[in-house]
Amino acid sequence: MGWDKILSSRSKWMEGTGPAADIVLTSRIRLARNLDGRPFPHLMSPEQGTQVISEVTEALKRLPPGELGTFKVYNLSEMLPLQRMALVEKHLASPEHAKGDGQKALGLREDEAVSVMINEEDHIRLQCLYPGLQLDETWELATRLDDWLEKKLTYAFDEKKGYLTACPTNVGTGLRASVMMHLPALTMTDQAKRLFTAMSKLGLVVRGIYGEGTEAIGNLFQVSNQITLGQSEGEILNNLKSVARQIIEQERNAREMLLTGTRVELEDRVWRSYGILANARRISSEEAMRRLSDVRLGIDTGMIGDVSSRVLNELLVLTRPGYLQLLVGRKLNSAERDQKRAELIRERLKPSKR
Amino acid sequence: MICPECGKRPATVHVTKIVNNQRTEMHLCQQCAQEKGELDFMIEPKFSIQDLLTGMLGYEGGWEPTRVGPEPNRCKLCGLSYREFARTGRLGCGECYRQFGNRLEPLLRRIHGSTYHSGKVPKRAGGTARLKREIEKLRAELQQHVDREEFEQAARLRDRIRKLEVQLNG
Ligand SMILES: [Zn+2]
Ligand SMILES: [Zn+2]
Repeated sequence: MGWDKILSSRSKWMEGTGPAADIVLTSRIRLARNLDGRPFPHLMSPEQGTQVISEVTEALKRLPPGELGTFKVYNLSEMLPLQRMALVEKHLASPEHAKGDGQKALGLREDEAVSVMINEEDHIRLQCLYPGLQLDETWELATRLDDWLEKKLTYAFDEKKGYLTACPTNVGTGLRASVMMHLPALTMTDQAKRLFTAMSKLGLVVRGIYGEGTEAIGNLFQVSNQITLGQSEGEILNNLKSVARQIIEQERNAREMLLTGTRVELEDRVWRSYGILANARRISSEEAMRRLSDVRLGIDTGMIGDVSSRVLNELLVLTRPGYLQLLVGRKLNSAERDQKRAELIRERLKPSKR
Repeated sequence: MICPECGKRPATVHVTKIVNNQRTEMHLCQQCAQEKGELDFMIEPKFSIQDLLTGMLGYEGGWEPTRVGPEPNRCKLCGLSYREFARTGRLGCGECYRQFGNRLEPLLRRIHGSTYHSGKVPKRAGGTARLKREIEKLRAELQQHVDREEFEQAARLRDRIRKLEVQLNG
């Protein structure tokens, strides 16, 4: 019954608001923390795992009421595989966490702007997710929650090495800050690759939207910091912000160029995709993502005026295989999924629903 | 070849053990090898080259073979061996960072370009780091005031720094 609530609610990040929302879908802060004096999750006994869950749950329950919100903690082993898959599609849990083996849990704030993965690679992975380019605001929330948790929990910390993590790539600040961006024009004009190569020299990485090892779909890219040791949180955030601003600027320029140089071609592409989404009877996940990207570009460049980006953000999640099957309430084969997906999109793009 | 320990699973792990200069070789399955704790000794490295991290670890000298003796090279708290870390790329607990300290430095430098944390310090678990960080920050501010010949502010800061230093040493 707790689960139904997750399913029907709309995550805060889907609002489609915030600064630079025409390009930046979300800003995300993830903090890796471990409890002192006991093994990291991959070496824990089941009893130790259960103990960590109950301690973190207790700490979350004791957050001051009000501004920091209230949390519910879900035990992943009690969820169906489809439900866990849907959590990943909503960006509330990592694919690794959603495997659900061992003692894993997820703390969720009501508005889904905060999720706390318990016993992922580290004991605690605190994640805050806001719409638009709001890295400072997102960090502010994360660090305050972190401070509160630290009152109840003793973290594994070393003066020289900082917050100690299972993987040495996270040690130090334990901070992974990411910005998810929609970059269709840079992709169309073949500039994205070059840009991403340049970014790696600045200590940043570009990934697909579901994190490590996932490919870019729907022209959505996630840019994050790589380095966690030696730079302060402020430096990491400023570095990422300034690069994000440059990418935004370049994407806007590329859009402008397409609009002035090849307006008809661009309009044709956008409206064709809109036509297909609004009328198709079957559509694959891959095609849906591609067409939704075109429509998003149409909205953000002012060609399409009566569809909101909130609807598109919802579709981004609703049309994913896990979520789709969860909505229907049973397992579907791929033909059934394609049919259901097309139906959902048509319904959402109907004028009355926009 | 079937594992002689359990007689069930295929023997995929090659274990060489040297006790009192006596060299014994064994072929065991992964599970039995792990249960016997033999993975700590020289095992044919099976790590994947694709894995950048463990690749780097191998390169950084995690593999000079057969360090065998009564005291295996393990973390006191969680029991993880350095070799096991080199294979998986994951440390076992916070204490591992102290136990394997020096051997981690080159790796951390390669990943991060640094080996020293300069970010947030937790209030409770931070120990003296919080105070030290605060003092460093105030010293930098003090210098700025001195450079700008703002001696009144500088004097005030110097007093605050002294107080913190007393706290740190007391
Ligand atoms: Zn065996
Ligand atoms: Zn350890």
